[in-house]
Amino acid sequence: MAELTFVRPEFRVRIDRETCIKCGRCVHQCGWSVYHLDDDGRPIPDHAKCAACHRCVTFCPTDSITIEKNPLAYKESDSMSAAHRKAIWRQAETGGVLLTGMGNDKPYLRIFDHLLLDACQVTNPSIDPLREPMELRTFLGRKPDHIEVAMGRNGDGPTLLTELDPQLTLETPIMFGGMSFGSVSLNVHRALAMAAKESGTFMNTGEGGLHPDLEPYQDHIIVQCASGRFGVHADYLQAGAAVEIKIGQGAKPGIGGHLPGEKIDEQVSTTRMIPQGTDALSPAPHHDIYSIEDLRQLIYAIKEATHYKPVSVKIAAVHNVAAIASGVVRAGADIVYIDGFRGGTGAAPTVIRDNVGIPIEIAIAVVDQRLRDEGIRNRASIVAAGGIRSSADVAKAIALGADACGIGTPALVALGCHVCQKCHTGSCSWGITTQRPELTRRLDPEWGAERVSNLVRAWSHEVAEILGALGVNAIESLRGSRERLRSLGLDESTARILGVKPAGVGH
Amino acid sequence: MVDGGRPVSSEIVRNVPTGPLRKGPTGIEPARIVAGQPGGAQGQVVLDGDTARIDARHIYYKTLNEQIREQIEAGARTVILDNVNGQRYIGAGLTGEGVTLVVNGVPGNDLATFMDGPTVIVNDNAQDGIGNTMNSGLVVVNGDAGDVLGYGMRGGRLYVRGDVGYRVGIHMKAYQDRRPVIVAGGRARDFFGEYMAGGELILLGLGESEDAIVGSYVGTGMHGGVIFLRGAVEEHQLGKEVAVTTPDAADTARLGEFVGDFCRVMGFDAAKVLSAPFAKLFPFSSRPYGKLYAY
Repeated sequence: MAELTFVRPEFRVRIDRETCIKCGRCVHQCGWSVYHLDDDGRPIPDHAKCAACHRCVTFCPTDSITIEKNPLAYKESDSMSAAHRKAIWRQAETGGVLLTGMGNDKPYLRIFDHLLLDACQVTNPSIDPLREPMELRTFLGRKPDHIEVAMGRNGDGPTLLTELDPQLTLETPIMFGGMSFGSVSLNVHRALAMAAKESGTFMNTGEGGLHPDLEPYQDHIIVQCASGRFGVHADYLQAGAAVEIKIGQGAKPGIGGHLPGEKIDEQVSTTRMIPQGTDALSPAPHHDIYSIEDLRQLIYAIKEATHYKPVSVKIAAVHNVAAIASGVVRAGADIVYIDGFRGGTGAAPTVIRDNVGIPIEIAIAVVDQRLRDEGIRNRASIVAAGGIRSSADVAKAIALGADACGIGTPALVALGCHVCQKCHTGSCSWGITTQRPELTRRLDPEWGAERVSNLVRAWSHEVAEILGALGVNAIESLRGSRERLRSLGLDESTARILGVKPAGVGH
Repeated sequence: MVDGGRPVSSEIVRNVPTGPLRKGPTGIEPARIVAGQPGGAQGQVVLDGDTARIDARHIYYKTLNEQIREQIEAGARTVILDNVNGQRYIGAGLTGEGVTLVVNGVPGNDLATFMDGPTVIVNDNAQDGIGNTMNSGLVVVNGDAGDVLGYGMRGGRLYVRGDVGYRVGIHMKAYQDRRPVIVAGGRARDFFGEYMAGGELILLGLGESEDAIVGSYVGTGMHGGVIFLRGAVEEHQLGKEVAVTTPDAADTARLGEFVGDFCRVMGFDAAKVLSAPFAKLFPFSSRPYGKLYAY
């Protein structure tokens, strides 16, 4: 007998018996084993298992399935909500830490939705990006404090004497955030690598090593070195266009990673270079980094091992992010990748995901300001991630001071993710956050690459439209230009921290 | 270290040419603050067959490491570094079997980090971070060594003649034919083998000392691999994921192999070293946190 649970199903699966042709496709498509066929061949759902991922809905040939919220009423309480009650019941049943996937879904203030962009009218005319060149190309890396130029004689052009640090060249200020092979499937990695090449940007391996299949795309891959050092070796560091040291992640600042042994199959074991079936434990800190000096040591160890490739340092947006970012820049990072508290994850304790960290909008503004105040803003580029949902967010993030944006969840949504937040279960029906072969093969990497490339192209066009409306013709002209933002409905202190005037105030 | 009442280091600092404005990535910053070329000074190289000898005195680490790589690319099989004094990252990311670095002097942090294949012999003490994320190869330290040795080490061997510091062997891991081994002749401090996921960590505790052979929090979070201690360990020194037992016949054979090789390299009497009782530490589970979560 199944053990009694007080946690009633979140969803109801409703099947229209008149139109159902009993084809059994729903049974096959569902990664959560919601359906079984009864003796008459009718699919019978187990509502409790449904994640509302819409895989069955999408593939039902007669549109006979719909998923509804379970209308079950709970006695209203704004304090002890139904969600709180259900969490307590689950923990009373298991004694376990509640896990979840994706990003923070709580109704905190969404600052991006309270920021409005400017546009030109009458004077200083706007620009039509369809007819005029619009520069989205972005260079990430350390910029010199000054440059020396030799003026040419006899009609020669000027020559740059200053030796520049290596830069990552992005054709659009959008890159893909780190997602490890293990948390996502190899086909996701393939799709993102192809899309990165097609879009002239970069994908990031996350902490799971680099599969040999991705070698053709290595000029568009940033390899990650995190606390578990999984799959990290000299050739791996050399393989990427840049190396990212992962200190923190927006969805779980200060928390390590536990990839459960069930997900360590033969392929994952190969790229992570650990035995099959053992847990892959990433310690919360790097135990060789307890200080800014230690971070500097690892940054330069990686530079020594890679003939001085750019090194990115990924940190979570936390309360002291400005000072931390300053230290990271002084430690020698070429790129500071800041992940806001809405950033996604393959698995995190719910209590951490939902309660730790600060919004990326604020983190961008305070880090940009701090680095400017200290006169070191040129020493590193800022990549903002963790809560970017649209091209508008990209434009606003750049206006707040970011050089580029990292996207994880939007790229996965382009691949079919329905944000059901069950990544940690390894049963993703869309073949994204799973290693089960019958599920991973559902994602055709080329199809996926085209969809992700389409998304990047569409957002890039939209950013160009925004630039045109602003009357500027290069993304550089928007960068850190908070004067082109106004706040609507933000409290005064938040607006002041963002460095943004209220709507209605002119220049 | 004091030489004639004056710190030697400040003399070296004075001798580092910060030069005119550096034409480089970091613009006008002093070269000692931002890593880069502080000047063109290279170590003198003497070639003898496939052996290259580099005088590292007063040579900036980046230049020295470039010179080491150049010599190896040019065919040197042995590179001897004289007058090494704290230069970091020696052997970092170096690959290839059959290459030997001999370090005369005290190398700086992150010796042999990410190394894959070569042999490094240090004829002195060494500092922190040796063999960080090392894949294969051999590092021999003929003295004491510092903290965070073999972090995330996946293969190869690290032999230290004397004592080692804190956080040694954290998150060492084994994979297929790669089994990392660290043997230290002396004693170790806290967090020995924390988060250990594979490989062999052996501590011999040779020589006279008031100190315990190892500090506290041994093997906290351990989920793979084995620790052998030549001596006793108290319950309070151990992480809660660790079990203690007496080595069985197979363990003794393995110990004999690793300790035997260590003693051969160090010139110790293996039979004498192995005659004392060892304790074997191993993890209760390869999934210490498997029951922690609710799905």
